[in-house]
Amino acid sequence: MAIEGHEIESLIREAFPSASIKVEDLAGDGNHYSATVIAKEFQGLTRIKQHQLVYTALKGKMDGPNGVLHALALTTKPLE
Amino acid sequence: MDESIGKIKKEVSENNVVLYMKGTSSMPQCGFSSKVAGVLNYLEIEYRDINVLEDESLREGIKQFSDWPTIPQLYVKGEFVGGCDIVTEMAMTGELDKLFAEKGIGFNLEAANKIREANN
Repeated sequence: MAIEGHEIESLIREAFPSASIKVEDLAGDGNHYSATVIAKEFQGLTRIKQHQLVYTALKGKMDGPNGVLHALALTTKPLE
Repeated sequence: MDESIGKIKKEVSENNVVLYMKGTSSMPQCGFSSKVAGVLNYLEIEYRDINVLEDESLREGIKQFSDWPTIPQLYVKGEFVGGCDIVTEMAMTGELDKLFAEKGIGFNLEAANKIREANN
């Protein structure tokens, strides 16, 4: 099972329309990506909460044995 | 599922530092788990490593417990601290050893300072 980088970006874009989103394919296998998300919605939130919001945006793509996305190295920052 | 949630609550309340991981602290079986275990080992933290690969219901239960979809997961004094990304970032900025100090958990200060110097 694999996922495309642009699919990850559009899922995150849906939840954070004005955010700066950078998705990189780490291994070329459609399973290992990094994503950097800078969004105003993160202001005042802990890192855990920021990451949880992004995971929620991915609508279960990462969850459980049928999660298509095995590894997402995530970096989030509030938009200053 | 409730049984594993009960087990988790017990573990994180009875142990100062708990790492739910794939594999064990001496034999991690996943890059991300290995990275976090490596940081804790380097800082000489005493922690309970729990191998989720040995119990599928625990592997799913822990994700529900913390509302966090991935493994590893680090708990300090019963509180979820983060997964690989967050713990690594905290280690590099010095937030991790600060947290341990605040919670009264022993670690190798020299090692912590080496991490800070290497990253600032």
